[in-house]
Amino acid sequence: MFDDLRDLYQEVILDHGRKPRNFRRLENATHHARGDNPLCGDRMELFLAMEEDGKIADAAFQGRGCAISMASASLMTETVRGKTPAQARALGNAFRGLAMTGTCPDCGAELADDMERLSPLSGVHEFPSRVKCATLAWHTLNNALDDNQEDARSE
Amino acid sequence: MDGVLRPGFDVTRIRQDFPILSAPTPRGKPLVFLDSGASAQKPRQVIAAMTRCMETAYANVHRGAYNLSEVATESFEAARGAVAKFLNVADSREIVFTRNSTEAINMVAHGHGRGVMRAGQAVVVSEMEHHANLVPWQMLRDAGRGIELRVCRVTDAGELDLAHLEDLLADGRVGLVAVTQMSNVLGTVVPAERVVALAHAKGALVLFDGSQAAVHRRQDLTALGCDFYVFTGHKLYGPTGIGVLWGRLALLEAMPPLYGGGDMISEVTLERSLWAPVPAKHEAGTPAIIEAVGLHAAIDYVNAIGFDAIEAHERELTEHAMAKLSAVEGLSILGAAQDRGGVFAFSLDNAHAHDLSTLLDRAGIAVRAGRHCAEPLHTRFGLDGTCRASFGIYTTIEEVDFLADALGHARKFFA
Ligand SMILES: Cc1ncc(COP(=O)(O)O)c(C=O)c1O
Repeated sequence: MFDDLRDLYQEVILDHGRKPRNFRRLENATHHARGDNPLCGDRMELFLAMEEDGKIADAAFQGRGCAISMASASLMTETVRGKTPAQARALGNAFRGLAMTGTCPDCGAELADDMERLSPLSGVHEFPSRVKCATLAWHTLNNALDDNQEDARSE
Repeated sequence: MDGVLRPGFDVTRIRQDFPILSAPTPRGKPLVFLDSGASAQKPRQVIAAMTRCMETAYANVHRGAYNLSEVATESFEAARGAVAKFLNVADSREIVFTRNSTEAINMVAHGHGRGVMRAGQAVVVSEMEHHANLVPWQMLRDAGRGIELRVCRVTDAGELDLAHLEDLLADGRVGLVAVTQMSNVLGTVVPAERVVALAHAKGALVLFDGSQAAVHRRQDLTALGCDFYVFTGHKLYGPTGIGVLWGRLALLEAMPPLYGGGDMISEVTLERSLWAPVPAKHEAGTPAIIEAVGLHAAIDYVNAIGFDAIEAHERELTEHAMAKLSAVEGLSILGAAQDRGGVFAFSLDNAHAHDLSTLLDRAGIAVRAGRHCAEPLHTRFGLDGTCRASFGIYTTIEEVDFLADALGHARKFFA
């Protein structure tokens, strides 16, 4: 009945949605932020631990929400590890483009591998009301990097 | 989708009155519209009445001494009369047109709450209120006028806890009980007569939020004996932008108006103004004339079908849905009130409400996902959100079956 929805709910998404990776508090977190989409009921808390050299050593999150928001946060924590804040933000920008349009024309070779990992989420662009579920984690990441303690929103 | 439910109530014919139900859809699947609780679809009788008003009988009301304005004023006031009959109240001056239920409640919270209630008095709401009947009272509480807000509990079955209501009323300080007459999440129909009896016994007035109830059950406010009543046109198959506040004449007269402006005054100098008599006092500015005509047509439409038939159809749908949905593996329905109407909030054990509504949408089924403007109620039941299916006069048994079937498939999809 729902076979054509496999583009949106690819196996990777369902898997990360059911068993999110890095789903825990980081006791040694140096940065932290909350994200909340009150209309959808997606809610998360993101933790980052920065290395001396300024790179993200570890990223983890906790929260509740739909499969898309949980999978997106899970994939994000995997992809931002080892990145500088500037690299992580650039990736977030590229990802938002992907979520909204389904493609990323100016994603250069530098971002190619990471975008490949995030690409299972590109299906959301056909579901305007669900784009915000996919981008909440990345809005929250920006707030954590800015040390902004207000709840991030993508609604 | 056919099936005559009973003699005299032909759902197939009713569906033909609603153009949107046969309009083309993006993926060619028939629309299964199960979100009437948020806003109902419109029959062509309503659409036609509004068009006719604009094409042949439109001018501003209460202003011009020319024929067209008189004609428009007549149809606007006829709508007021129709609403009074619909609620079975004798005096149509007690009918105030508002934008919607939300505005009507705010008018009472402001006018009666600030203008008439005294410090030390309390307002009682319940845990199952729509935010429209909660936030205005929180604002009143926070206005620094010494008015307290008390919240009546809802039982695990999703019913108003009447024993708790009695406790809350016991000290005699409650000035107003403002509760929903039918929950927009649980479908619970509140024992309104009991609420009135308990409140009046302790000297408290009663406001019912009839936003859902007025659509599904015949209303007789004279028999019910409450003091304020509100409902909203767009849920009653009428247009958006029009709602109703009913209040006892003396209460409406005692209430200062929320808005000032044209149409609501009898005499104006640069220093001060005298207010016009009720209801004009509470209807500042040009009202929703075309929408009032639309609401009148909507009331005529449901009256022509008749509430006996509407209630019977809904009972049949509700019982059927209860049986069908209860049989879907992994599905839990929120609330199990004895007296309930055609509103079902549910969650599936392996899918979030938003994922579920995306799936159902693909099958052509429109349901609402989230907290349905009743966040405290979801918190009360420990839920982040639910999906909600709500029925209208055009909902069929087959649509309910289709929903149950789709939910079964959805659970497999997420397995
Ligand atoms: C019980 C209840 N009260 C109030 C409202 C508010 O209605 P409106 O948005 O038309 O003011 C609604 C509907 O949304 C409702 O279901």
